[in-house]
Amino acid sequence: MNAPILWILVPIVLGTFLLFIRNQRVLSVLGGSLALVLALLAQFIPIELALRLGPLSLKIDASLTILGRVLLIQPAEGPLLALIYGAAALWFFGAEASKTATRLVPLGFMIIALMVASIAVEPFLYAALFIEMAILLAIPMLTSISRPPGRGAVRFLIYQTLAMPFILLAGWMLAGVEASPGDLALAAQSAAMLGLGFAFLLAIFPLYSWIPLLLEETSPYLVGFLLWILPTMTIIFGAGFLDRYSWLRNSSELILALRFIGLLMVVTGGAFAAFQRHLGRIMAYGSIAETGFSLLALSLDLRLGIPILFLLIPARALGLAVWSLSLTIIRENVETMRFGAARGILRVTPLAGAGMIVAALSTGAFPLLAGFPARLALWEGLSRISIGSALWMMAGIIGLLTSAFRSLAVISIAEEYTSWEPRESPAQLLMLGLGVIGLFILGLFPQSVQFVLADLPLMFEHLGR
Amino acid sequence: MNVTLSWIAVGAIVVTSVGLLLARDWRWSISLLAVQYLAMFVLVLQHWPLGMASVKVVSGWMSAAILGMTRSGLSTADLVEEENWPRGGPFRLFAAGIVALIVTVTTPGVDTIMADAGFAVTAGSLFLIGMGLLQLGITSRILRVTIGLMTVLSGFEILYSAVEGSVLVAALLAVINLGLALVGSYLLIASNSQEQETDSE
Repeated sequence: MNAPILWILVPIVLGTFLLFIRNQRVLSVLGGSLALVLALLAQFIPIELALRLGPLSLKIDASLTILGRVLLIQPAEGPLLALIYGAAALWFFGAEASKTATRLVPLGFMIIALMVASIAVEPFLYAALFIEMAILLAIPMLTSISRPPGRGAVRFLIYQTLAMPFILLAGWMLAGVEASPGDLALAAQSAAMLGLGFAFLLAIFPLYSWIPLLLEETSPYLVGFLLWILPTMTIIFGAGFLDRYSWLRNSSELILALRFIGLLMVVTGGAFAAFQRHLGRIMAYGSIAETGFSLLALSLDLRLGIPILFLLIPARALGLAVWSLSLTIIRENVETMRFGAARGILRVTPLAGAGMIVAALSTGAFPLLAGFPARLALWEGLSRISIGSALWMMAGIIGLLTSAFRSLAVISIAEEYTSWEPRESPAQLLMLGLGVIGLFILGLFPQSVQFVLADLPLMFEHLGR
Repeated sequence: MNVTLSWIAVGAIVVTSVGLLLARDWRWSISLLAVQYLAMFVLVLQHWPLGMASVKVVSGWMSAAILGMTRSGLSTADLVEEENWPRGGPFRLFAAGIVALIVTVTTPGVDTIMADAGFAVTAGSLFLIGMGLLQLGITSRILRVTIGLMTVLSGFEILYSAVEGSVLVAALLAVINLGLALVGSYLLIASNSQEQETDSE
């Protein structure tokens, strides 16, 4: 048995087979269960260690050679795979409730497998090629053959595709910088290339215009899935650059740039969210701020920043899943997700409304919710370095909280004597209920996910040590 | 001989990419795209062996064929949304001239950075990247957007071939080219679906 086969090729084959199943429930349960099995295998079966099961001996090799290059999943990357496939199981189980299983589960499996391949490929610079393939697969997931694609989908394709050349060229240049560290011009050029590549990939300000557009024109659950998997894996890929190149890791300019960009994302995300009058666009800006928090974590002392970065991942996955599922349910019951049309929707979709608000509050670091522990640690770390930065982060958070309270006001204000007519299905109630409980558990007991997160920094050679 | 051939390929790239910018008929666009891939093959050949370089032209032609076959099956005529100023022919020619100017100025510097890839290779690739970006900037039509992205990637692939000779990279880039063509075809069909509905109404 081989780790890249198990966590990359098998999910691609599974995704291909699942394309032929059209039943939402079967797809959702089957996809969720398979992802869960992959997560459990990643967590409990060690890579490169012989495991005795009675008379049988099982060993999972770490590498697979393809066309002279290697796909390598290190033993230390097992918890990351468990986290990714565990979160994927959550998304797939919720797919039935959002009625998106036929698109999300098969293509989602393939996208996750390609993103895992992007972390596993050696030399790691080729990751950009796998990310691009995942982007191409995301297009049929986001659009329907029977409806013209919106501007958001086309812009998403353009921006994400433009990232690949920059990352590949930056990778080649970085190798040159390693060979001649004194060449400052080459270092600056490669850093600029790398910055542009990641600006496109992570949708850094002002290249994030496709996110609000996508949330206006397509199912929030599908967009939410992409807003979880793409930035999460891209940031881990980006952290890989810091881990490998000591001059990048030790560059004070890069740290400053990361802090500035992170704050820009948090502040613009928060400010724009506060002034939106569309529930989908609010989620879009919330996710933009989430990416900003991750970048801010990378700008701290990496012994502190890397654990915070990993602590942000489960909160982001669960928060976005609950938020996007809630919005999908609300969208089914209103003409548009504009404030005017969604007024009083809480009486029709009470749990979806509550889920949306709780997830928005969690993104805005509301105490006792999933996003709070990581943001508190981040805020504390940031305030030790720069009070001004901490205040800017607070401004972004105030914007996010304002948007959550505005949304709450809109969905709860109904005409007088309007009766309660809940229209959520049992599957939707179950998934939303579990999700909201999960957000509280992650907030109240952040140590509950430590068994997965504790060993994650070990996947880096230098970061977080 | 090689150098002469390279500059002929650069000339072909200039003609095809400007033609792609000006062409109204999709048949011309697909034909020009196919010729552009042939010119790209000649430039890639300066650094890669024939077998690997031919992957580029084969995948490029397959991509062009995918787009052409899809477009030929769609009924609607090319829309004339881009007739209006400032997106008309003269404006496009002017913009292409500016791209040519920028490429002329930047080629020596980029050539030095890219391990002396060769002036023709660098100029050809930068011109393709510039024209592809220009194409992406002035249109929202799916076919043109797809061709624009493929043009940018072609330019990048020429430049990257000078510094990277991995078989895996060649294979993955070919897969991405074909994937882009398939996604473009998918979006073309999707964008045509409602236009047809609107026509029938």
